[in-house]
Formats: sequence, C-alpha cells, structure tokens
Amino acid sequence: MKPAMTKPPIYGLIAEFDTPTEIVVAARKAHAEGYRHLDAYSPFPVEGLAESIGFRRNRVALVCLVGGLLGLASAYILQYWINTIAYPLNIGGRPFHSWPSFIIVTFELTILFAGLSAAVGMIIMNGLPLPYHPVFNVPSFSAASRDKFFLCIEAVDPRFDRETTHAFLSSLDPRAITEVPH
Amino acid sequence: MKDIREDIAWAKINKDVLKSLENPRKLYWVILLIAIAVVGVAAGCEVYQYNTGMGVSNKNNTHVWGLYIATFIFWIGMSHSGTLLSAILHLMHADWRKPIYRFAEAMTLFAVACAGMFPLLHMGRPWVFYWMFPYPNTMSIWPQFRSPLVWDVFAVSTYFTISLVFWFVGLIPDLATLRDMAQNRVGRIIYGFLALGWRGSARHWHRYETAYLLLAGLATPLVLSVHTVVSFDFAIGIVPGWHTTIFPPYFVAGAIYSGFAMVMILAIPIRSVFKLQDMITDRHLDNMARITLATGLIVSYGYIVEIFMAWYGGTIFEKHMMWNRMHGYYKAEYWTLIFINVIFVNVLWSKKVRSSPQALWIVSAVVLVAMWLERFVIVVISLSQDFLPSSWGIYHPTRWDYAIFIGTLGFFTFSFLLFIRVLPMISIFEMKHLLPESHPHVPPLETGA
Repeated sequence: MKPAMTKPPIYGLIAEFDTPTEIVVAARKAHAEGYRHLDAYSPFPVEGLAESIGFRRNRVALVCLVGGLLGLASAYILQYWINTIAYPLNIGGRPFHSWPSFIIVTFELTILFAGLSAAVGMIIMNGLPLPYHPVFNVPSFSAASRDKFFLCIEAVDPRFDRETTHAFLSSLDPRAITEVPH
Repeated sequence: MKDIREDIAWAKINKDVLKSLENPRKLYWVILLIAIAVVGVAAGCEVYQYNTGMGVSNKNNTHVWGLYIATFIFWIGMSHSGTLLSAILHLMHADWRKPIYRFAEAMTLFAVACAGMFPLLHMGRPWVFYWMFPYPNTMSIWPQFRSPLVWDVFAVSTYFTISLVFWFVGLIPDLATLRDMAQNRVGRIIYGFLALGWRGSARHWHRYETAYLLLAGLATPLVLSVHTVVSFDFAIGIVPGWHTTIFPPYFVAGAIYSGFAMVMILAIPIRSVFKLQDMITDRHLDNMARITLATGLIVSYGYIVEIFMAWYGGTIFEKHMMWNRMHGYYKAEYWTLIFINVIFVNVLWSKKVRSSPQALWIVSAVVLVAMWLERFVIVVISLSQDFLPSSWGIYHPTRWDYAIFIGTLGFFTFSFLLFIRVLPMISIFEMKHLLPESHPHVPPLETGA
C-alpha cells in the first residue's frame, strides 16, 4: 500500500504468525519496545500470551464472588420473609424460621447468581457483544479462529508510527503485515 | 493410548469436526422424521390426558406417583454425566474429557428438558406451574420452603440454567470459528450473532478461562446437589423404602452410572458415522466404561445397604417393603434390575469388552433399561403396599404413559440430531489446545516490578 497524500487514519498494524511460540516472543518484544495499546489474537488460549502484553489480572472472579453472595443473601432473606412474615404456615409444628430447610434453595440460588455473574461478567468485561471490530477488515484475519496468530499494534499507541512500527513488526519476522483500516 | 492423534494439524481439526455440519445422508432424515412423529403422537396423548384427567395414567390414591416420576428421575439422572465430564473432569485436568464433553453437555441439556416435562405432565394442570415460584400474586400465597418439591423446582431450574450458560460459554469461540468458515450469508449472520463478535483476543481468552474455570467449580457441587435434592423428594417422606439416608449418594452414583451409559450410546455411533476415531479414541470409551463400572458398583452397594437396613432397622413396614420387592407382584422388575446392575455390569471388568465398541454399546443399552427399572421399582413398589393394607393396590402404566415416555425419547433424539447438524459437537478450540505444538516454548516471563 503506497502512502497517499492524505493518509486515512488506520486502526493499526497487524502481523500474522504461524505458531504460539512466535506470537508469544513477538508480543513480549513489542511490549518491551514500549507499545502498550496492542493485542494478540489466537484460535485457542495460549499460555502466557495475555501476560506478555501486560495483562495479568482480571476481575471475573471478583464479580462471581459478589454475584454469589448476592444470591446467597437474597435467597435466604426471601425464604425467611416468606415463611415467617408474609405467609407463616405451621408445618408439623416446626418453627417458622426452620433454617435447615432453607439451606438447599439458598445453595441453589448462590450457584445460580454466581454462575450467571461469572458468564455475563466475562462477556461484558470483554466488551462483547461487539458485532463490528476493525480487525475483521483484514481478509486473512478469519484464520485467527483456525490456525494463525496475530499481533496488532493499535494506532492510538503514543509510540505508533506507520513506518517505524512497520519496520519493528518486520523485525519480528512475521508471515505478513497488514494495515487494519477502521 | 493417546488423547488425540498428535500429528493432526489445527486446520484439520476444524475440517474433521465440522464435517458433521455438511449435508447429511438419507438415514439422518429418516430418523429425524420418526422422532418428530413420535413427539407428535406423545403430544396428542398429552392433550388427551389434559382433556380426560389424570385417571388415564392410572394414578389413584394409592399410586400418586407412577411412570412420570420414575421417568423424571431417569432423565435427570442421565443428564448428570454431561456436567461431570465438563465440570468435574475439567477441574481435575483430565484432558481425555475434551473430545466428548461438548455433546455430553448437549445431552445434559436435552435430558433435563425431557425431565422437566414430567413434573409438569404429572401436575395435571401444567398451565399453573408458575405457582411453584415465589412471586407476588393476588392470591397472597407463597411456596412452602420446607417442602422437597419446592427445593426440586429450584434445583432443576438452576441446573438447567447453569448447564445452558456453561454450554454456551464453551461454544463462543467455536461459534466464531463457524462464523469465519460459513459458506453463505445466512450462516455468517446467525453464527456471527451467536459468537457475540468473539475475536480471540489474548485479554478475552484470559477472562474467558477464568470464567470457565469458575463455572466448572460452581457446576461441580451443583450437579451433586441436584440428584441429592431429587432423592430428598423420597427420603424426606416416611414411605417405607424411601425414608433412608443412603438415598442421596446412591442416587448420585446411579445418575452418573446411567449417564455414562447414555454418553457411550451416543458416542459410539457418532464416532463411526463421522469417522472421528482420531479424536474419540478407544481410550475415551475405555475410561467411560471404567466410570460406568465404578459407579455401578456403588449402586450395587446401595442395593445391599437397602436390604441390610430393611432387616437391621427392625421396622415391619421396611421388612415388608423388601419382601414385596423380592417376592411381590413386581418381582420380575426387581430381579431384572438386580441381575443387570449387580451381576451383569461386571462384564466391564474385561478388557475385551471395554475395547469393543459394539459390546460397550450393548452393555450401555442394557444398563439404561435396568436404571429405568430401578426408578420404577423405587417409585411404584413402595407405594403399592405401604402402611395401610386396605389401600394396597397394583399400578400399571397405561399406553398413554408409555406413549408420552417414548415421546420424550423422540424429543431427545430430535434435539440431538438437530444439535449435531448446526453446532460443532466436539470443542474445536479445546481439541487444538490438546496438540503438543499448541504450547509456546518460551521461558516463563519474570513477574518482577
């Protein structure tokens, strides 16, 4: 692609690799070079890839815990309120607040809320659903779900420069480098 | 024996797995049509039952529970192996689960759906099923949370929801693969919609793996709790033969036992029809057969404890219940199930049987029959002669019962056939992850600063 008079703003530059080892090495070098707005794409989870672009911790577990506690509290309070306040029934002379009987529903709703929070939290924190994303404009990107690995350095990165970044990516010995249009 | 043939390329996994989405052969349509017809007949019988009353299924004061409840337990028990494969074995890093867990999970969903129909059918007035849920209503009534039947509603609906979420989360990356490989616009739109825009970003995978692990950790106690709660439906009551503490573990073992039999019944034809022997290897069948055998022996232990407690407990009603099982009207059912589950299942000790898919398929089918009989025996025999001799009676399921039972088999077959045509039945990305070259060979990152 020849540089035109008025360069259209691009999303970034994407380099294509063949193996997990190559992508991890490349991602580490890019991160060491000072690039921070970058992402790596792979058809399956690659160990250490997220860490190599500087992403170490996520908050999914926290969201799951909060969801679970909410489920626990709401289930127990609901049962307590129903069986002692709203609709007390004498069942075989048991106390209205017969807590051992409430454990099972409390347990089930804890699991339900925690599980839904983990799944929905993961999807939302990942920014999904997102039908459109610039990387899909790269024709070869469909291989990211098959057998190719991609490293994308985004144009919003302060160190991004079309020529030098391109040169840097070339030094990583990728299979191909493509510009990602918006 | 390996988990997978190690020389397959990543792209070949896509191709092999997605072969099942290509145009099916004629037999597929024949089975599908039969399944639909069977469901149609069952729906007609249901309408007849609602129109006429519960009497058509021979329910009466003695036999308040019958084939519907027995079949409910049968289906819900079967569903458990899917979650066992996907969740418990995931936590244990048992990689051999990877090729089989996706369709085992689908089996879980469809089996729970079939199971869920039976309490509704059994209600007689299924259109008011929502009375079971706590919601503010003009009648000012609320569910009674000391009742195991209410626990059951929560357990089964939670189980279905979490299984569905777990299954869907596991599918997201594969749906993205389907989107990228779709041949036409319709496929691209539908799979693209379902894939939520998944693009395999490293950050996404990081959160994804955490979420998946958490779901597995949550599903593990859940699956054990569900059949426990189902067994509470019996154990909390005082009917002889039901009121026993062995029920929860014995039910859970029976559930996994019948579930693995069902997974084998599905896996063996699938792998030969779609030529997936590279992925569903003999080792998988062998492992599943071992689990079937182990849980079968736990179930046998349950039978022994039941007999022992009936004698040792010293209650005349329990003794009579056991006598009635062994010598009464339903003794043929009882001895058949004892023969299969205690004696016949031991053929799985033989390496020869475990390595022959045909033999395994037959053993699995026989096990399923026995497990259905077990639930029938538990439900029906205890009710037929309990405390009050004046209300003793004999129960036979009617043709309407059987038609509806067979209808759910048709529904299960139909859903499963639909599933293998539209979704990858083996997890593509997890299979890729099994290959040795999928692991980067770089020194670990120093985590300083």
